[in-house]
Amino acid sequence: MNASRSLPLDEAPLLEAERLALQVGERWLCCEFSLSLAAGECLVLLGPNGAGKTTLLHTLAGLREPSVGAVRLGGLPYAAWSAQDAARYRGVLLQQQPDHFAASVLETVLIGRHPHLGRWGWEGPEDERICRAALQDVGLAGFEHRGVLTLSGGERQRVAVATLLAQAPRLFLLDEPLNHLDLRYQIAVLDLFRRQAAQRGSGVVMVLHDINLAARYADHIILLDGRGGVVAGGRDTVLRADCLSHAFGHALRRYDLDGRITFIPE
Amino acid sequence: MKAPGQALFVIVVLLLAAVAAFGWALSAGSLPIDGKQVWGALFSGDTGMAANVVRELRLPRAVATFVCGGLLAIAGALMQVLLRNPLADPYILGISGGAAVGALSAISLGVAAVWVDAAAFAGALTAMMLVFGLAHGDGSWTQTRLLLTGVIVAAGCGAAVTLMLALAPDTRVQSMLFWLMGDASGAARPWPALGVLIVGLVLILPWARDLNVLARGEMSARALGVSVQRLRRVLYVVASLLTAVAVTLVGSVGFVGLIVPHLVRLALGNDQRILLPAAMLAGGVLLTVADTLARTVMAPQQLPVGVLTALIGVPVFLYLLSRNPR
Repeated sequence: MNASRSLPLDEAPLLEAERLALQVGERWLCCEFSLSLAAGECLVLLGPNGAGKTTLLHTLAGLREPSVGAVRLGGLPYAAWSAQDAARYRGVLLQQQPDHFAASVLETVLIGRHPHLGRWGWEGPEDERICRAALQDVGLAGFEHRGVLTLSGGERQRVAVATLLAQAPRLFLLDEPLNHLDLRYQIAVLDLFRRQAAQRGSGVVMVLHDINLAARYADHIILLDGRGGVVAGGRDTVLRADCLSHAFGHALRRYDLDGRITFIPE
Repeated sequence: MKAPGQALFVIVVLLLAAVAAFGWALSAGSLPIDGKQVWGALFSGDTGMAANVVRELRLPRAVATFVCGGLLAIAGALMQVLLRNPLADPYILGISGGAAVGALSAISLGVAAVWVDAAAFAGALTAMMLVFGLAHGDGSWTQTRLLLTGVIVAAGCGAAVTLMLALAPDTRVQSMLFWLMGDASGAARPWPALGVLIVGLVLILPWARDLNVLARGEMSARALGVSVQRLRRVLYVVASLLTAVAVTLVGSVGFVGLIVPHLVRLALGNDQRILLPAAMLAGGVLLTVADTLARTVMAPQQLPVGVLTALIGVPVFLYLLSRNPR
Protein backbone atom coordinates (compact mmCIF):
# COMPACT_ATOMS: atom_id res chain seq x y z
CA MET A 1 0.00 0.00 0.00
CA ASN A 2 2.76 2.42 0.90
CA ALA A 3 6.52 2.33 0.94
CA SER A 4 7.09 1.78 4.62
CA ARG A 5 5.34 -1.57 4.63
CA SER A 6 7.67 -3.11 2.10
CA LEU A 7 10.70 -1.59 3.77
CA PRO A 8 11.21 -3.90 6.76
CA LEU A 9 13.71 -6.32 5.33
CA ASP A 10 13.07 -9.98 5.86
CA GLU A 11 16.64 -10.53 6.92
CA ALA A 12 16.60 -7.62 9.37
CA PRO A 13 16.16 -8.56 13.03
CA LEU A 14 12.60 -8.07 14.29
CA LEU A 15 13.87 -5.78 17.02
CA GLU A 16 17.17 -4.11 17.73
CA ALA A 17 18.34 -1.80 20.47
CA GLU A 18 21.64 -0.01 20.06
CA ARG A 19 23.51 1.45 23.00
CA LEU A 20 20.18 1.95 24.74
CA ALA A 21 19.95 3.69 28.12
CA LEU A 22 16.89 4.81 30.04
CA GLN A 23 16.52 7.65 32.46
CA VAL A 24 13.47 8.46 34.56
CA GLY A 25 13.79 11.81 36.29
CA GLU A 26 17.32 11.86 37.67
CA ARG A 27 17.62 8.12 37.92
CA TRP A 28 19.28 5.89 35.33
CA LEU A 29 17.36 2.62 35.00
CA CYS A 30 19.91 0.93 32.82
CA CYS A 31 23.26 1.77 31.36
CA GLU A 32 24.00 1.40 27.68
CA PHE A 33 23.41 -2.01 26.22
CA SER A 34 22.47 -3.46 22.86
CA LEU A 35 20.23 -6.31 21.81
CA SER A 36 18.98 -7.96 18.68
CA LEU A 37 16.01 -10.29 18.39
CA ALA A 38 15.68 -12.56 15.36
CA ALA A 39 12.58 -14.33 14.10
CA GLY A 40 11.59 -17.26 16.30
CA GLU A 41 13.43 -16.01 19.37
CA CYS A 42 12.23 -15.22 22.85
CA LEU A 43 13.71 -12.53 25.09
CA VAL A 44 12.81 -12.30 28.77
CA LEU A 45 13.23 -9.17 30.90
CA LEU A 46 13.95 -9.96 34.55
CA GLY A 47 14.52 -7.76 37.55
CA PRO A 48 13.21 -6.69 40.94
CA ASN A 49 10.18 -4.40 41.43
CA GLY A 50 10.75 -0.90 40.12
CA ALA A 51 13.87 -1.86 38.19
CA GLY A 52 12.40 -0.46 34.97
CA LYS A 53 11.25 -3.57 33.14
CA THR A 54 7.98 -1.98 32.02
CA THR A 55 9.74 1.25 31.01
CA LEU A 56 12.19 -0.79 28.96
CA LEU A 57 9.38 -2.79 27.35
CA HIS A 58 7.49 0.41 26.47
CA THR A 59 10.66 1.85 24.97
CA LEU A 60 11.17 -1.26 22.88
CA ALA A 61 7.50 -0.97 21.83
CA GLY A 62 8.02 2.61 20.64
CA LEU A 63 5.60 4.00 23.23
CA ARG A 64 8.40 5.98 24.86
CA GLU A 65 11.51 7.69 23.51
CA PRO A 66 14.84 6.19 24.59
CA SER A 67 16.95 8.58 26.68
CA VAL A 68 20.09 7.48 24.86
CA GLY A 69 20.57 5.19 21.88
CA ALA A 70 18.18 3.88 19.27
CA VAL A 71 15.49 1.23 18.87
CA ARG A 72 14.81 -0.29 15.47
CA LEU A 73 11.76 -2.33 14.53
CA GLY A 74 12.25 -4.55 11.49
CA GLY A 75 15.44 -2.64 10.70
CA LEU A 76 13.80 0.81 10.83
CA PRO A 77 13.49 3.39 13.61
CA TYR A 78 9.94 3.91 14.88
CA ALA A 79 9.92 7.39 13.35
CA ALA A 80 10.00 5.77 9.90
CA TRP A 81 6.90 3.67 10.63
CA SER A 82 3.35 4.95 10.40
CA ALA A 83 1.46 4.24 13.62
CA GLN A 84 -0.81 1.82 11.82
CA ASP A 85 1.97 -0.11 10.09
CA ALA A 86 3.85 -0.38 13.36
CA ALA A 87 0.70 -1.77 15.00
CA ARG A 88 0.54 -4.49 12.35
CA TYR A 89 4.17 -5.42 13.00
CA ARG A 90 4.36 -5.30 16.79
CA GLY A 91 1.70 -5.81 19.44
CA VAL A 92 1.84 -4.96 23.14
CA LEU A 93 0.18 -6.68 26.09
CA LEU A 94 -0.04 -4.03 28.78
CA GLN A 95 0.22 -4.80 32.46
CA GLN A 96 -3.16 -3.28 33.29
CA GLN A 97 -6.20 -4.18 31.24
CA PRO A 98 -8.20 -1.00 30.63
CA ASP A 99 -11.74 -2.39 30.71
CA HIS A 100 -13.53 0.69 31.99
CA PHE A 101 -16.97 -0.02 30.66
CA ALA A 102 -19.15 -2.89 29.64
CA ALA A 103 -18.47 -4.69 26.38
CA SER A 104 -18.79 -8.29 25.29
CA VAL A 105 -15.72 -10.51 25.10
CA LEU A 106 -15.98 -10.69 21.31
CA GLU A 107 -16.23 -6.89 21.00
CA THR A 108 -13.16 -6.52 23.17
CA VAL A 109 -11.12 -8.98 21.11
CA LEU A 110 -12.27 -7.33 17.87
CA ILE A 111 -10.48 -4.16 19.04
CA GLY A 112 -7.28 -6.05 18.16
CA ARG A 113 -8.26 -5.92 14.47
CA HIS A 114 -8.16 -2.11 14.50
CA PRO A 115 -4.81 -1.69 12.70
CA HIS A 116 -5.92 -4.07 9.93
CA LEU A 117 -9.01 -2.06 8.99
CA GLY A 118 -9.17 1.04 6.81
CA ARG A 119 -10.57 4.37 7.93
CA TRP A 120 -14.12 3.47 6.91
CA GLY A 121 -13.68 -0.27 7.42
CA TRP A 122 -16.04 -2.34 9.51
CA GLU A 123 -15.09 -5.65 11.09
CA GLY A 124 -16.13 -8.43 8.69
CA PRO A 125 -16.71 -12.19 8.99
CA GLU A 126 -13.00 -12.85 8.49
CA ASP A 127 -12.09 -10.62 11.45
CA GLU A 128 -14.71 -12.38 13.54
CA ARG A 129 -13.30 -15.77 12.55
CA ILE A 130 -9.80 -14.66 13.59
CA CYS A 131 -11.12 -13.44 16.93
CA ARG A 132 -13.06 -16.62 17.63
CA ALA A 133 -9.94 -18.66 16.83
CA ALA A 134 -7.92 -16.46 19.20
CA LEU A 135 -10.48 -17.05 21.97
CA GLN A 136 -10.27 -20.77 21.28
CA ASP A 137 -6.47 -20.57 21.64
CA VAL A 138 -6.73 -19.12 25.14
CA GLY A 139 -9.45 -21.55 26.24
CA LEU A 140 -12.30 -19.05 26.10
CA ALA A 141 -14.41 -20.56 23.31
CA GLY A 142 -18.06 -20.06 24.23
CA PHE A 143 -17.31 -16.84 26.17
CA GLU A 144 -17.93 -14.60 23.12
CA HIS A 145 -21.05 -12.94 24.44
CA ARG A 146 -20.13 -12.71 28.11
CA GLY A 147 -19.53 -9.20 29.42
CA VAL A 148 -15.84 -8.55 30.13
CA LEU A 149 -16.71 -6.97 33.47
CA THR A 150 -18.27 -10.25 34.64
CA LEU A 151 -15.07 -12.24 34.07
CA SER A 152 -12.51 -13.24 36.67
CA GLY A 153 -9.07 -11.64 36.68
CA GLY A 154 -7.46 -14.61 34.96
CA GLU A 155 -10.19 -14.76 32.31
CA ARG A 156 -9.76 -11.05 31.59
CA GLN A 157 -6.03 -11.56 31.24
CA ARG A 158 -6.72 -14.30 28.68
CA VAL A 159 -9.13 -11.98 26.83
CA ALA A 160 -6.23 -9.51 26.61
CA VAL A 161 -3.97 -12.24 25.23
CA ALA A 162 -6.66 -13.15 22.68
CA THR A 163 -6.94 -9.47 21.67
CA LEU A 164 -3.21 -9.45 21.04
CA LEU A 165 -3.42 -12.68 19.02
CA ALA A 166 -6.21 -11.12 16.94
CA GLN A 167 -3.90 -8.19 16.24
CA ALA A 168 -1.56 -10.83 14.72
CA PRO A 169 1.73 -8.91 14.92
CA ARG A 170 5.13 -10.40 14.10
CA LEU A 171 6.65 -9.16 17.31
CA PHE A 172 4.92 -9.69 20.66
CA LEU A 173 5.85 -7.46 23.60
CA LEU A 174 4.29 -8.83 26.78
CA ASP A 175 4.29 -7.07 30.13
CA GLU A 176 3.77 -9.75 32.79
CA PRO A 177 1.61 -11.99 30.59
CA LEU A 178 1.12 -14.42 33.48
CA ASN A 179 -0.66 -11.93 35.76
CA HIS A 180 -3.67 -13.55 37.45
CA LEU A 181 -3.19 -16.82 35.56
CA ASP A 182 -3.30 -20.17 37.29
CA LEU A 183 -0.47 -22.66 36.79
CA ARG A 184 -2.16 -24.44 33.90
CA TYR A 185 -2.76 -21.26 31.92
CA GLN A 186 0.67 -19.86 32.77
CA ILE A 187 2.21 -22.79 30.91
CA ALA A 188 -0.50 -22.75 28.23
CA VAL A 189 0.05 -19.05 27.44
CA LEU A 190 3.84 -19.41 27.35
CA ASP A 191 3.52 -22.48 25.11
CA LEU A 192 1.16 -20.52 22.89
CA PHE A 193 3.70 -17.76 22.31
CA ARG A 194 6.51 -20.26 21.85
CA ARG A 195 4.43 -21.96 19.15
CA GLN A 196 3.86 -18.59 17.49
CA ALA A 197 7.61 -18.09 17.49
CA ALA A 198 8.43 -21.57 16.18
CA GLN A 199 5.71 -21.86 13.55
CA ARG A 200 5.29 -18.30 12.31
CA GLY A 201 8.71 -16.85 12.95
CA SER A 202 7.32 -14.40 15.49
CA GLY A 203 9.51 -12.75 18.07
CA VAL A 204 8.57 -12.56 21.74
CA VAL A 205 9.80 -10.10 24.37
CA MET A 206 8.29 -10.56 27.80
CA VAL A 207 8.58 -9.36 31.36
CA LEU A 208 8.45 -12.30 33.77
CA HIS A 209 8.83 -12.64 37.50
CA ASP A 210 9.34 -16.38 37.61
CA ILE A 211 13.02 -17.16 37.07
CA ASN A 212 12.32 -20.84 36.46
CA LEU A 213 9.81 -20.12 33.71
CA ALA A 214 12.32 -17.69 32.23
CA ALA A 215 14.90 -20.48 32.26
CA ARG A 216 12.44 -22.72 30.48
CA TYR A 217 11.28 -20.36 27.71
CA ALA A 218 13.95 -17.71 27.10
CA ASP A 219 16.62 -17.67 24.40
CA HIS A 220 17.97 -14.33 25.63
CA ILE A 221 17.64 -12.61 28.97
CA ILE A 222 18.07 -9.02 30.09
CA LEU A 223 18.49 -8.74 33.82
CA LEU A 224 18.05 -5.29 35.37
CA ASP A 225 19.37 -4.94 38.92
CA GLY A 226 17.41 -1.78 39.78
CA ARG A 227 20.61 0.23 40.34
CA GLY A 228 21.35 0.91 36.68
CA GLY A 229 23.21 -2.33 36.08
CA VAL A 230 22.28 -4.57 33.15
CA VAL A 231 23.32 -8.10 32.34
CA ALA A 232 22.24 -9.02 28.82
CA GLY A 233 23.01 -12.14 26.91
CA GLY A 234 22.08 -15.73 26.17
CA ARG A 235 20.03 -17.58 28.74
CA ASP A 236 22.92 -19.52 30.24
CA THR A 237 25.23 -16.52 30.53
CA VAL A 238 22.69 -14.52 32.52
CA LEU A 239 21.03 -17.19 34.60
CA ARG A 240 23.80 -17.63 37.12
CA ALA A 241 23.14 -17.80 40.81
CA ASP A 242 25.54 -14.92 41.59
CA CYS A 243 24.02 -12.52 39.01
CA LEU A 244 20.47 -13.29 40.08
CA SER A 245 21.20 -13.14 43.81
CA HIS A 246 22.85 -9.75 43.31
CA ALA A 247 19.96 -8.37 41.24
CA PHE A 248 17.12 -9.62 43.42
CA GLY A 249 18.88 -8.98 46.72
CA HIS A 250 18.21 -12.50 47.90
CA ALA A 251 20.48 -15.52 47.75
CA LEU A 252 19.49 -18.13 45.17
CA ARG A 253 20.87 -21.58 44.56
CA ARG A 254 20.98 -23.22 41.15
CA TYR A 255 19.96 -26.86 40.68
CA ASP A 256 19.93 -29.05 37.63
CA LEU A 257 16.82 -31.22 37.92
CA ASP A 258 16.52 -33.78 35.09
CA GLY A 259 18.29 -31.40 32.72
CA ARG A 260 16.09 -28.45 33.73
CA ILE A 261 17.80 -25.46 35.33
CA THR A 262 16.00 -24.48 38.51
CA PHE A 263 16.65 -21.74 41.04
CA ILE A 264 15.51 -22.04 44.61
CA PRO A 265 15.71 -19.20 47.12
CA GLU A 266 17.91 -19.91 50.11
CA MET B 1 -20.06 -4.02 17.95
CA LYS B 2 -23.22 -4.27 15.93
CA ALA B 3 -23.07 -5.06 12.26
CA PRO B 4 -23.59 -2.21 9.78
CA GLY B 5 -27.08 -3.56 9.01
CA GLN B 6 -28.21 -3.21 12.60
CA ALA B 7 -26.67 0.24 12.77
CA LEU B 8 -28.62 1.27 9.71
CA PHE B 9 -31.84 -0.02 11.26
CA VAL B 10 -31.25 2.01 14.42
CA ILE B 11 -30.51 5.13 12.40
CA VAL B 12 -33.66 4.68 10.29
CA VAL B 13 -35.83 4.30 13.40
CA LEU B 14 -34.32 7.44 14.90
CA LEU B 15 -34.81 9.31 11.61
CA LEU B 16 -38.51 8.38 11.69
CA ALA B 17 -38.67 9.63 15.28
CA ALA B 18 -37.07 12.87 14.13
CA VAL B 19 -39.68 13.29 11.38
CA ALA B 20 -42.46 12.66 13.91
CA ALA B 21 -40.93 15.17 16.35
CA PHE B 22 -40.75 17.78 13.59
CA GLY B 23 -44.34 17.09 12.57
CA TRP B 24 -45.49 17.64 16.13
CA ALA B 25 -43.34 20.73 16.67
CA LEU B 26 -44.74 22.32 13.50
CA SER B 27 -48.40 21.55 14.20
CA ALA B 28 -48.70 22.06 17.97
CA GLY B 29 -49.10 25.46 19.55
CA SER B 30 -51.60 28.18 20.37
CA LEU B 31 -52.73 27.99 16.74
CA PRO B 32 -53.23 24.26 16.03
CA ILE B 33 -52.28 23.44 12.46
CA ASP B 34 -53.08 20.04 10.99
CA GLY B 35 -50.71 17.83 9.03
CA LYS B 36 -52.08 18.79 5.64
CA GLN B 37 -51.55 22.49 6.29
CA VAL B 38 -48.03 21.84 7.56
CA TRP B 39 -47.29 19.87 4.39
CA GLY B 40 -48.76 22.61 2.28
CA ALA B 41 -46.74 25.29 4.04
CA LEU B 42 -43.49 23.40 3.67
CA PHE B 43 -43.74 21.87 0.23
CA SER B 44 -46.53 23.52 -1.76
CA GLY B 45 -45.77 27.16 -1.07
CA ASP B 46 -49.16 27.79 0.55
CA THR B 47 -49.83 31.30 1.81
CA GLY B 48 -52.05 32.45 4.63
CA MET B 49 -51.56 32.73 8.35
CA ALA B 50 -51.11 29.03 9.14
CA ALA B 51 -48.44 28.69 6.48
CA ASN B 52 -46.67 31.80 7.71
CA VAL B 53 -46.69 30.59 11.31
CA VAL B 54 -45.19 27.27 10.21
CA ARG B 55 -42.54 28.78 7.95
CA GLU B 56 -41.60 31.92 9.85
CA LEU B 57 -41.96 30.87 13.49
CA ARG B 58 -42.21 27.17 14.09
CA LEU B 59 -39.81 25.80 11.48
CA PRO B 60 -36.79 27.93 12.49
CA ARG B 61 -37.47 27.16 16.12
CA ALA B 62 -37.85 23.41 15.53
CA VAL B 63 -34.66 23.33 13.46
CA ALA B 64 -32.81 25.37 16.09
CA THR B 65 -33.79 23.05 18.92
CA PHE B 66 -33.09 19.92 16.88
CA VAL B 67 -29.67 21.18 15.83
CA CYS B 68 -28.83 22.34 19.34
CA GLY B 69 -29.80 18.95 20.80
CA GLY B 70 -27.75 17.14 18.15
CA LEU B 71 -24.71 19.37 18.68
CA LEU B 72 -24.80 18.95 22.45
CA ALA B 73 -25.27 15.18 22.27
CA ILE B 74 -22.30 14.73 19.93
CA ALA B 75 -20.16 17.12 21.94
CA GLY B 76 -21.05 15.27 25.13
CA ALA B 77 -20.19 11.89 23.65
CA LEU B 78 -16.85 13.25 22.42
CA MET B 79 -16.01 14.85 25.78
CA GLN B 80 -16.77 11.57 27.55
CA VAL B 81 -14.24 9.81 25.34
CA LEU B 82 -11.70 12.64 25.50
CA LEU B 83 -11.76 12.79 29.29
CA ARG B 84 -12.64 9.10 29.72
CA ASN B 85 -15.06 10.24 32.35
CA PRO B 86 -18.74 9.27 32.28
CA LEU B 87 -19.67 12.49 34.07
CA ALA B 88 -18.18 14.69 31.38
CA ASP B 89 -20.64 16.88 29.47
CA PRO B 90 -20.13 19.58 26.82
CA TYR B 91 -19.98 22.28 29.49
CA ILE B 92 -17.44 20.68 31.77
CA LEU B 93 -14.47 22.48 30.23
CA GLY B 94 -15.94 25.95 30.63
CA ILE B 95 -17.27 26.54 27.10
CA SER B 96 -20.77 27.40 28.27
CA GLY B 97 -19.36 29.45 31.14
CA GLY B 98 -17.39 31.57 28.69
CA ALA B 99 -20.44 31.90 26.46
CA ALA B 100 -22.59 32.92 29.44
CA VAL B 101 -20.11 35.62 30.48
CA GLY B 102 -20.15 36.97 26.92
CA ALA B 103 -23.91 36.81 26.50
CA LEU B 104 -24.73 38.32 29.90
CA SER B 105 -22.27 41.15 29.36
CA ALA B 106 -24.03 41.90 26.09
CA ILE B 107 -27.49 41.68 27.67
CA SER B 108 -26.49 43.98 30.51
CA LEU B 109 -25.37 46.52 27.92
CA GLY B 110 -28.79 46.20 26.31
CA VAL B 111 -27.57 45.52 22.77
CA ALA B 112 -29.54 43.79 20.01
CA ALA B 113 -30.00 40.02 20.00
CA VAL B 114 -27.51 39.44 17.19
CA TRP B 115 -24.78 41.01 19.35
CA VAL B 116 -25.74 38.81 22.27
CA ASP B 117 -25.16 35.83 19.99
CA ALA B 118 -21.86 37.23 18.79
CA ALA B 119 -20.72 37.91 22.36
CA ALA B 120 -21.73 34.41 23.46
CA PHE B 121 -19.76 32.82 20.64
CA ALA B 122 -16.75 35.03 21.33
CA GLY B 123 -16.93 34.11 25.03
CA ALA B 124 -17.10 30.41 24.23
CA LEU B 125 -14.08 30.61 21.91
CA THR B 126 -12.14 32.60 24.51
CA ALA B 127 -12.83 29.98 27.18
CA MET B 128 -11.86 27.21 24.74
CA MET B 129 -8.52 28.81 23.88
CA LEU B 130 -7.83 29.72 27.50
CA VAL B 131 -8.35 26.13 28.66
CA PHE B 132 -6.37 24.73 25.76
CA GLY B 133 -3.49 27.12 26.37
CA LEU B 134 -3.37 26.57 30.13
CA ALA B 135 -3.78 22.80 29.99
CA HIS B 136 -1.16 22.62 27.28
CA GLY B 137 1.27 24.73 29.30
CA ASP B 138 3.95 22.15 30.02
CA GLY B 139 3.31 20.21 26.83
CA SER B 140 1.96 17.16 28.64
CA TRP B 141 -1.75 17.79 28.12
CA THR B 142 -2.87 14.97 30.36
CA GLN B 143 -6.49 14.12 30.94
CA THR B 144 -6.42 15.23 34.57
CA ARG B 145 -4.73 18.52 33.81
CA LEU B 146 -7.22 19.28 31.04
CA LEU B 147 -10.17 18.38 33.25
CA LEU B 148 -8.93 20.43 36.21
CA THR B 149 -8.12 23.45 34.05
CA GLY B 150 -11.55 23.30 32.43
CA VAL B 151 -13.39 22.91 35.71
CA ILE B 152 -11.52 25.84 37.24
CA VAL B 153 -12.18 28.10 34.25
CA ALA B 154 -15.84 27.06 34.37
CA ALA B 155 -15.96 27.90 38.08
CA GLY B 156 -14.45 31.32 37.42
CA CYS B 157 -17.03 31.98 34.70
CA GLY B 158 -19.77 30.85 37.08
CA ALA B 159 -18.66 33.40 39.65
CA ALA B 160 -18.62 36.15 37.00
CA VAL B 161 -22.13 35.16 35.90
CA THR B 162 -23.43 35.31 39.48
CA LEU B 163 -21.84 38.73 39.92
CA MET B 164 -23.48 40.03 36.76
CA LEU B 165 -26.87 38.69 37.84
CA ALA B 166 -26.49 40.34 41.23
CA LEU B 167 -25.55 43.70 39.74
CA ALA B 168 -27.98 43.74 36.80
CA PRO B 169 -31.13 45.88 36.95
CA ASP B 170 -34.32 43.85 37.52
CA THR B 171 -35.57 44.50 34.00
CA ARG B 172 -32.66 42.58 32.49
CA VAL B 173 -32.41 39.73 35.01
CA GLN B 174 -35.38 37.93 33.43
CA SER B 175 -33.79 37.75 29.98
CA MET B 176 -30.44 36.81 31.54
CA LEU B 177 -32.04 33.90 33.40
CA PHE B 178 -33.83 32.74 30.26
CA TRP B 179 -30.57 32.83 28.34
CA LEU B 180 -28.88 30.77 31.05
CA MET B 181 -31.61 28.14 31.07
CA GLY B 182 -31.81 27.93 27.31
CA ASP B 183 -34.37 29.75 25.22
CA ALA B 184 -35.18 28.82 21.65
CA SER B 185 -37.79 31.51 21.03
CA GLY B 186 -35.29 33.96 19.61
CA ALA B 187 -33.48 31.51 17.36
CA ALA B 188 -34.44 32.89 13.97
CA ARG B 189 -31.40 31.82 11.96
CA PRO B 190 -30.65 28.15 12.67
CA TRP B 191 -29.38 27.24 9.20
CA PRO B 192 -25.63 27.95 9.65
CA ALA B 193 -25.73 25.84 12.83
CA LEU B 194 -27.32 23.00 10.89
CA GLY B 195 -24.37 23.20 8.51
CA VAL B 196 -21.96 23.05 11.45
CA LEU B 197 -23.76 19.99 12.82
CA ILE B 198 -23.53 18.12 9.53
CA VAL B 199 -19.90 19.11 8.87
CA GLY B 200 -18.94 18.21 12.45
CA LEU B 201 -20.47 14.76 12.22
CA VAL B 202 -18.92 14.08 8.82
CA LEU B 203 -15.51 15.21 10.11
CA ILE B 204 -15.56 13.05 13.21
CA LEU B 205 -17.20 9.87 11.86
CA PRO B 206 -14.06 8.60 10.06
CA TRP B 207 -12.33 8.67 13.47
CA ALA B 208 -15.10 6.81 15.25
CA ARG B 209 -13.27 3.48 15.44
CA ASP B 210 -10.17 5.28 16.74
CA LEU B 211 -12.41 6.69 19.45
CA ASN B 212 -13.50 3.15 20.38
CA VAL B 213 -9.86 2.23 20.84
CA LEU B 214 -9.02 5.45 22.68
CA ALA B 215 -11.89 4.87 25.10
CA ARG B 216 -10.02 1.78 26.27
CA GLY B 217 -7.00 3.75 27.40
CA GLU B 218 -4.33 5.95 25.92
CA MET B 219 -1.46 3.48 26.08
CA SER B 220 -3.30 0.60 24.46
CA ALA B 221 -4.64 2.98 21.81
CA ARG B 222 -1.08 3.99 20.93
CA ALA B 223 -0.02 0.36 20.82
CA LEU B 224 -2.87 -0.29 18.38
CA GLY B 225 -1.70 2.44 16.03
CA VAL B 226 -3.90 5.39 17.03
CA SER B 227 -2.13 8.78 16.90
CA VAL B 228 -3.44 9.70 20.32
CA GLN B 229 -2.10 13.24 20.66
CA ARG B 230 -3.48 14.34 17.32
CA LEU B 231 -6.80 12.60 17.89
CA ARG B 232 -7.25 14.24 21.29
CA ARG B 233 -6.61 17.67 19.80
CA VAL B 234 -9.12 17.05 17.03
CA LEU B 235 -11.62 15.86 19.63
CA TYR B 236 -11.12 18.88 21.83
CA VAL B 237 -11.47 21.38 19.02
CA VAL B 238 -14.49 19.70 17.39
CA ALA B 239 -16.35 19.14 20.67
CA SER B 240 -15.66 22.71 21.80
CA LEU B 241 -16.77 24.28 18.54
CA LEU B 242 -19.96 22.23 18.43
CA THR B 243 -20.72 23.28 22.00
CA ALA B 244 -19.99 26.93 21.26
CA VAL B 245 -22.39 26.88 18.30
CA ALA B 246 -25.11 25.14 20.32
CA VAL B 247 -24.80 27.53 23.25
CA THR B 248 -24.85 30.53 20.93
CA LEU B 249 -27.96 29.23 19.20
CA VAL B 250 -30.20 28.34 22.15
CA GLY B 251 -28.28 29.09 25.36
CA SER B 252 -26.81 26.60 27.80
CA VAL B 253 -29.47 23.93 27.83
CA GLY B 254 -28.44 21.49 30.51
CA PHE B 255 -28.64 17.75 30.58
CA VAL B 256 -28.87 16.84 26.87
CA GLY B 257 -25.12 16.54 26.40
CA LEU B 258 -24.68 14.43 29.52
CA ILE B 259 -27.62 12.12 29.31
CA VAL B 260 -28.25 11.46 25.63
CA PRO B 261 -24.87 9.76 25.01
CA HIS B 262 -25.51 7.58 28.07
CA LEU B 263 -29.04 6.76 26.93
CA VAL B 264 -27.78 5.69 23.53
CA ARG B 265 -24.91 3.76 25.11
CA LEU B 266 -27.28 1.87 27.39
CA ALA B 267 -29.55 1.02 24.49
CA LEU B 268 -27.01 0.32 21.72
CA GLY B 269 -23.58 -0.23 23.27
CA ASN B 270 -20.46 1.87 23.08
CA ASP B 271 -19.47 1.65 19.42
CA GLN B 272 -18.87 5.30 18.50
CA ARG B 273 -19.64 4.61 14.84
CA ILE B 274 -23.27 4.01 15.85
CA LEU B 275 -23.25 6.09 19.01
CA LEU B 276 -22.35 9.42 17.37
CA PRO B 277 -25.05 9.54 14.66
CA ALA B 278 -27.61 7.92 16.96
CA ALA B 279 -26.82 10.40 19.76
CA MET B 280 -27.14 13.28 17.31
CA LEU B 281 -30.62 12.18 16.24
CA ALA B 282 -31.73 11.27 19.76
CA GLY B 283 -30.45 14.58 21.16
CA GLY B 284 -32.24 16.47 18.41
CA VAL B 285 -35.51 14.59 18.99
CA LEU B 286 -35.31 15.05 22.76
CA LEU B 287 -34.74 18.79 22.58
CA THR B 288 -37.38 19.33 19.87
CA VAL B 289 -39.97 17.42 21.89
CA ALA B 290 -38.95 19.20 25.10
CA ASP B 291 -39.17 22.62 23.47
CA THR B 292 -42.57 21.87 21.97
CA LEU B 293 -43.78 20.83 25.40
CA ALA B 294 -42.18 23.90 26.94
CA ARG B 295 -44.21 26.24 24.78
CA THR B 296 -47.51 24.32 24.82
CA VAL B 297 -47.95 22.75 28.27
CA MET B 298 -48.67 25.99 30.10
CA ALA B 299 -49.36 28.21 27.09
CA PRO B 300 -49.20 31.13 26.74
CA GLN B 301 -46.57 30.85 29.49
CA GLN B 302 -43.28 29.45 28.07
CA LEU B 303 -41.19 27.25 30.29
CA PRO B 304 -37.37 27.08 30.10
CA VAL B 305 -36.57 24.16 27.80
CA GLY B 306 -33.77 22.92 30.07
CA VAL B 307 -36.31 22.08 32.77
CA LEU B 308 -38.26 19.95 30.32
CA THR B 309 -35.19 18.05 29.08
CA ALA B 310 -34.47 17.12 32.67
CA LEU B 311 -38.07 16.14 33.39
CA ILE B 312 -38.16 13.84 30.33
CA GLY B 313 -34.59 12.60 30.55
CA VAL B 314 -34.33 11.63 34.20
CA PRO B 315 -37.11 9.01 34.30
CA VAL B 316 -36.14 7.56 30.91
CA PHE B 317 -32.54 7.29 32.02
CA LEU B 318 -33.39 5.70 35.36
CA TYR B 319 -35.66 3.20 33.61
CA LEU B 320 -32.95 2.16 31.15
CA LEU B 321 -30.39 1.94 33.93
CA SER B 322 -32.53 -0.40 36.02
CA ARG B 323 -33.66 -2.48 33.05
CA ASN B 324 -30.29 -3.10 31.51
CA PRO B 325 -27.67 -4.90 33.60
CA ARG B 326 -25.15 -5.05 30.74
